[in-house]
Amino acid sequence: MTTDLGLPGLRSGTELVPAADQPQTGKDFTSDQEVRWCPGCGDYAVLKAVQSFLPDLGLRRENIVFVSGIGCSSRFPYYLDTYGMHSIHGRAPSIATGIATAREDLSVWVVTGDGDALSIGGNHLIHALRRNVNMTILLFNNRIYGLTKGQYSPTSETGKVTKSTPMGSLDHPFNPVSLALGAEASFVARTIDSDRKHLTSVLAAAAAHRGTSLVEIYQNCPIFNDGAFDAIKSPDTRADAIIPLVHGQPITFGVDGSKALVRDAASGGVTVVATADVDAADILVHDAHNPDPTMAFAISRLTDAGYLNTSPIGIFRQVERPTYDDQARQQVATAMGSTTSAIGAGDDATADRAARLAALIGGGDTWTII
Amino acid sequence: MVAPQKEVKQLDRVVIRFAGDSGDGMQLTGDRFTQETAAFGNDLVTLPNFPAEIRAPQGTLPGVSSFQVHFADHDILTAGDAPDVLVAMNPAALRANLGDLHKGATIIVDTHDFTARNLTKAGYEQNPLDGNDLADYAVHTVDLTGMTVAAVKEFGLSRKDAARAKNMFALGLLSWMYGRPTDPTTTFLAKRFAKVPDIRDANVAAFKAGWNFGETTEAFAIQYEIKPATLPPGTYRNITGNLALAYGLVAGGVQSGLPVFLGTYPITPASDILHELSKHKSFGVTTFQAEDEIAGVGAAIGASYAGHLGVTSTSGPGVALKSEAIGLAVMTELPLVVVDVQRGGPSTGLPTKTEQADLLQAMYGRNGEAPVPIVAPQSPGDCFAAAVEATRIAVTYRTPVLLLSDGYLANGSEPWRVPAIDELPVIDPAFATEKNHGEGDEAEFWPYLRDEQTLARPWAIPGTPGLEHRIGGLEKGDGHGNISYDPGNHDFMVRTRQAKVDRIADSIPLVEVDDPSGEAKVLVLGWGSTYGPIGAGVRRVRKAGYHVAQAHLRHLNPFPSNLGEVLKRYDKVLVPEMNLGQLSLLLRAKYLVDAVGYNHVRGLPLKATELAHAIGELVGQAEGTEIDLGVWGEPSQKEHI
Repeated sequence: MTTDLGLPGLRSGTELVPAADQPQTGKDFTSDQEVRWCPGCGDYAVLKAVQSFLPDLGLRRENIVFVSGIGCSSRFPYYLDTYGMHSIHGRAPSIATGIATAREDLSVWVVTGDGDALSIGGNHLIHALRRNVNMTILLFNNRIYGLTKGQYSPTSETGKVTKSTPMGSLDHPFNPVSLALGAEASFVARTIDSDRKHLTSVLAAAAAHRGTSLVEIYQNCPIFNDGAFDAIKSPDTRADAIIPLVHGQPITFGVDGSKALVRDAASGGVTVVATADVDAADILVHDAHNPDPTMAFAISRLTDAGYLNTSPIGIFRQVERPTYDDQARQQVATAMGSTTSAIGAGDDATADRAARLAALIGGGDTWTII
Repeated sequence: MVAPQKEVKQLDRVVIRFAGDSGDGMQLTGDRFTQETAAFGNDLVTLPNFPAEIRAPQGTLPGVSSFQVHFADHDILTAGDAPDVLVAMNPAALRANLGDLHKGATIIVDTHDFTARNLTKAGYEQNPLDGNDLADYAVHTVDLTGMTVAAVKEFGLSRKDAARAKNMFALGLLSWMYGRPTDPTTTFLAKRFAKVPDIRDANVAAFKAGWNFGETTEAFAIQYEIKPATLPPGTYRNITGNLALAYGLVAGGVQSGLPVFLGTYPITPASDILHELSKHKSFGVTTFQAEDEIAGVGAAIGASYAGHLGVTSTSGPGVALKSEAIGLAVMTELPLVVVDVQRGGPSTGLPTKTEQADLLQAMYGRNGEAPVPIVAPQSPGDCFAAAVEATRIAVTYRTPVLLLSDGYLANGSEPWRVPAIDELPVIDPAFATEKNHGEGDEAEFWPYLRDEQTLARPWAIPGTPGLEHRIGGLEKGDGHGNISYDPGNHDFMVRTRQAKVDRIADSIPLVEVDDPSGEAKVLVLGWGSTYGPIGAGVRRVRKAGYHVAQAHLRHLNPFPSNLGEVLKRYDKVLVPEMNLGQLSLLLRAKYLVDAVGYNHVRGLPLKATELAHAIGELVGQAEGTEIDLGVWGEPSQKEHI
């Protein structure tokens, strides 16, 4: 049996979060704690980008919560002067689910890494995505375990020689974007730690999205996996390495747009061709709002599973879908009906609650002994 | 036909067990008989016992499901050691339960299912109804199924559907035998099957036919009367432990003014708490069925951080999975109620059977020094007050609390005096709203500055301006709460978290000892659901003329502050538990007392008679005399009361 849930009107991701009454700066979001990542770590760039982006959100600082798991990136909340919890390995999405469901007036962020989100916490990640809880997940993907000093991760390329795999790793890697799309995530994007402008634009779109936004951030680990993203960062190669995804735009890349994506009738997927060889009308136009995730998934498969020479970057998918937390709160609100005193202070509310509790526990078949 | 005048015999207590195949509706039958009995005003205790399989192979021993109800004209403490009456719907039910009966017990069997095939399935080589095997019992052979099918003929049901009403026929017969009121059941059936009039009418007809059969047949010559019990004044209802526990959590929310957030994953025997709480959204209760046990507790911790009352409910295997997260709640010092409805272990163990073997897991089952307060209810109705108490401790002391129920409490039921709301404690969440350290422009919020009395830290919830702060699993610096690797600080914080839990003893009652004569040399000390059997065992020993003291622990961590002094008052201390001696171990370690264990792990409550013998033996040793419990050492003593 299914019930019409009476979908709440779709809103922006931060619509119910109180707005700041004063202009803010990055400094307002910077805590007094010393940042302790390794010199040259990509996390610095992301932290700086987030600190300078948060004032643009225009939300009250006390209504923002960052939750993290365990790993290098999970120290993130300590460096932001918002509410925050550095929790346990892999569980940040579940803790954030509790926070986001309990409170509609909070902007909830999860900071996680490839090990935290895709290995130990894989279950929580996919279930957060399918439920579509209103939160933004920043998945720092450096394709290595940093905090435990250099073992391969679930996004490391097969054959990777690490401390734990002297003869090469055997695991086939996850593609986080493909995984998220498979879990029917409503917002899936990929960006790069060193591209502040792109990173910021993706963060803005993710925050504005109501539902679970997954943002994979390619992030360099200079100690244990340096150069993993050189192909997409180097001025010499990046034009050929990055397949830029912009909603409504034909997907072309390479020097002077020399390459393009077209549908591949044989496989049902997409394929890379020389732009000069095809009609402009055949070039795939990116549609992030397509309710069917098939094409977004096909594009995500163009990411190299081995050393990263090619990768689509941008917002793969952004569709509207009712969120778990909005609907959970609506069920409670519906059950409460005109009873506004389920929670809250005041003598009337207290008295009403007491009366209803007495009716509940004294319900059913009762008898009285005098 | 004029009904023959039947003899009415007075009894003061009866134990009835309904037993049949998993699909025979024995739980429903027992539950209805219980409701009738509650409405009549007897004191009662029930013991449902069913297999973990939803539908085990029909007619086999593993598929037998039973429901025992003990009711009396006085206050009783257990579901009874041995049934006085067994209703057996098939050969397997007879075979599985016969060993529990005392000689002279009444057996009512449905002969319809005593076919060659069913006898073989139950492992009988010949029909036990034919030989002398049951000579020690008063056996009534009745074709319950056949009479049911005949009684519901007019409703045109298939034979299968018609036969399914046989449990109501049996209920009707037993209701007549013990003079139960019939209105509660006819009302119940009308409501339950409102959408299927044929089935409704057939069940009502079968129920009435069963009653009429008892009244008219000469096979049942005696009707029994058990007068209502004189319980303390008040409004009563019959309640199971899981229902009472769920109500207690709702009450904890009401009394603290906090919305309840239950993050959980279905698990036997705790799932009914989720089912029940999901009905009470009108109290601001949110229920979240997570993807796993860890996510359930994780979401509850998140909700607590956001200012709700975070609750997670599970059984032993789930606690094991949640351990790391409970440690996080210890470290972040957030309120959290962890309900563990214990079942037989280890591993998957005995999902539908009861045990008390999670005490040490609750006490120590986490990495590091991670003290967690433990509260245990002692009876099904008491689950309500225990849940309120767990909430009080969690909120007041900013700590996870383990609430240790068990399978017997969860599914068992008893009459419960409904408390008045003003009897319940008012719980003050006392959210932090102001900076608490430094002056003027230098003022800051320190999340780990403690209340002097309780050592609780301030609970500042997101949305509170100026109190932005970060917490987490890494060690905190005293006061400011920032990450600290300082050796001295860690030592201090470990001791402080322990001291905070120890301080809870200041807010709990002293343990009370029931020692009516004041001459007892033996103390029987228990915790949790063994309260009933221990109390009944103690009564037997006292009725036999000996002195024994009894005390029961609601708080297992910390212990009541007078417990050490109480233990020292007695020459011998007996600790009955449904485990291999977990409380004994704690008592021995803390108080250097030579606690003697009485331990069974059979998946069933302890038996009062056996306990009486164990107590008697210890009393004999302490007094230096021979102990003879006489009739009080026998399972059934109904002829002697």
